[in-house]
Amino acid sequence: MAAPAEAPALETARGRSLLPGLRRTLAPIREARGMPRTMLWLGAAITLAFILVAFLAPVISPYAFDAYEANGKRFPQLAPPSSSHLFGTTVQSTDVLSRVIWGAQTELKVVIVSLALSISVGVPLGLISGYFGGKLDRTLVLIMDAMFAFPFLLLAIVIAFMLSGRIGQGILTAAIAITVAYIPLYFRVIRNHVNSIKEETYVEAARALGARPFTVIRKYVFFNVIQNVPPLATLNAADAILTLAALGFLGYGIQPSQGAEWGYDIQRAVSDTSSGIWWTGLFPGLAIVLLVTGLTLLGEGLNETMNPILRHRVRGKVELTPASTPAEAEVE
Amino acid sequence: MASVAKGTSLRQYALTRLALVLPMVFILLTMVFLLMRVAPGDPIDASLGGHAPPAVIEQIKKQLGYDKPIYVQYLSYMGNVARGNFGTTITDRRPITDIIKVNGAATLELTFYAMLVALTVGITLGLLAGRFRDTPMDTGGRLFGIVIYATPIFFLGLMAQLFFGSFLGWLPVSDRASPITQATLVTHTNIYTIDAIWDRNWSALKDVMLHMILPAVTLGLVTAGVFIRLVRVNVIRTMRDDYIEAARARGISERAVVRKHAFRNALVPVITIVGLQVAILLGGAVLTETTFNWPGIGHELVNYISNRDYAAVQGIILAFALVVVAVSVIIDFVSAYIDPRIRY
Repeated sequence: MAAPAEAPALETARGRSLLPGLRRTLAPIREARGMPRTMLWLGAAITLAFILVAFLAPVISPYAFDAYEANGKRFPQLAPPSSSHLFGTTVQSTDVLSRVIWGAQTELKVVIVSLALSISVGVPLGLISGYFGGKLDRTLVLIMDAMFAFPFLLLAIVIAFMLSGRIGQGILTAAIAITVAYIPLYFRVIRNHVNSIKEETYVEAARALGARPFTVIRKYVFFNVIQNVPPLATLNAADAILTLAALGFLGYGIQPSQGAEWGYDIQRAVSDTSSGIWWTGLFPGLAIVLLVTGLTLLGEGLNETMNPILRHRVRGKVELTPASTPAEAEVE
Repeated sequence: MASVAKGTSLRQYALTRLALVLPMVFILLTMVFLLMRVAPGDPIDASLGGHAPPAVIEQIKKQLGYDKPIYVQYLSYMGNVARGNFGTTITDRRPITDIIKVNGAATLELTFYAMLVALTVGITLGLLAGRFRDTPMDTGGRLFGIVIYATPIFFLGLMAQLFFGSFLGWLPVSDRASPITQATLVTHTNIYTIDAIWDRNWSALKDVMLHMILPAVTLGLVTAGVFIRLVRVNVIRTMRDDYIEAARARGISERAVVRKHAFRNALVPVITIVGLQVAILLGGAVLTETTFNWPGIGHELVNYISNRDYAAVQGIILAFALVVVAVSVIIDFVSAYIDPRIRY
């Protein structure tokens, strides 16, 4: 993992500005060809479409997420898709299409909060633990491993259950429940990467010149390990949506009065299936599948373009000369 | 193979690994205990619905030891767990060990068949996608893996219920068996397929298997997504290794190279992943059981949570945690036995 990252690091150390670092970080994306490129762009397009829907919900949604009437006329109950209700209506007479559209907004809010929380806790902990090592490192690793070993859905359920009594069942509760389950992931990846590069020559050189630990971390280590975050965060966002939907399905997610949530809608649809009603469950479910697929494609695409082990160039066959093999063997 | 040196190192590895389990279990126990005690509100009051007279609450608290200082509670909790006593639920006074035995068996049965489905589908598609990299086969396999991974278990289950249950009417969509079978089947192990075979009750076996199909396939397919991805990457990585090149250079047919050299080595890491998957499978089981009304331990957990029964939640969560730890230890032993490089 570290091999190709070495050369750029020297430049990051010299050039103080963020821009060259950013350009270098983005270079593999420009160079991407073939399947990773398709995955990357398709994933980005789907994800962007959902973000747009989330922002434009008040404009494009035919009704409010909890509206059961318009112009004083109550909507029909469990009406099949028609021109007035494209996706049909639910047992509470709400419009399925509106709930799907507003649901995108709920997902976006929860994902943003939970990603921000888990990155801002997991990454610094990983940096400190990996760089300083010692007792602190061992304790943190043990705790994180214990958390990691635990089925994360259960962890999220328990946290949501505990928090719902204190701060209610809202976006923050759901986001924290998801966050707790994902902190160990960032911690692990960052810590292991820091651990592997802290003995690199350029880091040692910085230390030898008398740089303080936090300067070394900030200037030399941070930019190398932060490359792990975008693919991880994208895949994590996909997972977070599935977890949020699962929480909603089990009844520990967003309160129905606070916003539309796809998992909750699917749970309400379970009782409809026995009478053959498909539209109440199908559309929110498809929204989840599509958004998670988009995020996964984006994450996998990023991973394949940025992860040197998986990176696959068109000239790949020519490159498999002995010169490149030792480097790859070393990486593993 | 079985030299003295290897035996010692494997035993040493086993001992080290077991020694590492203890702090892990200790941390898990403490975490579960703390999580449940920092919970807002009075657990006893909450589990009785919040309307019980104070005298009753006091009495039950005394009975369960909730009136003692927190460190005393912690120590007695640890002591009880060490003796295999996981406590009793507050709402219906059921021993947790009973829940683990009866409902745990249902979960075990479900996850076993789901794992079979996941491994069969995942390894087959993963091997094919990795072997025929960058062909339509690869694209199709990967896309299937991604989409199936993106599908919430309960949504796939719902669609399966709708299609095979309501629409086609082919398969039962809830419970472990039909009422008649439930009444007649003698439960030796609570694992229905084994019980039915035990008594040579073939009609019950058929009924139980039919009930198993939708939940197991749903849970299995969703879990398969991860296997497809990992097997594929492993095959690609192995195909680049020197010994594959060497085998080719020796004139071995491409078929044999792939089958005997690449696939076999690519599958070793899968064993480790099976271990990690168990944790995810258990999380998925909670959702599958809720969707298909499967009376497993996850189904019970969800019930007890909605009744706010802290003691039950604590006990069941602990049971889950111990299973995960136990599986990870077993998997480590197996992979250390297969791959000597893993031992440390």
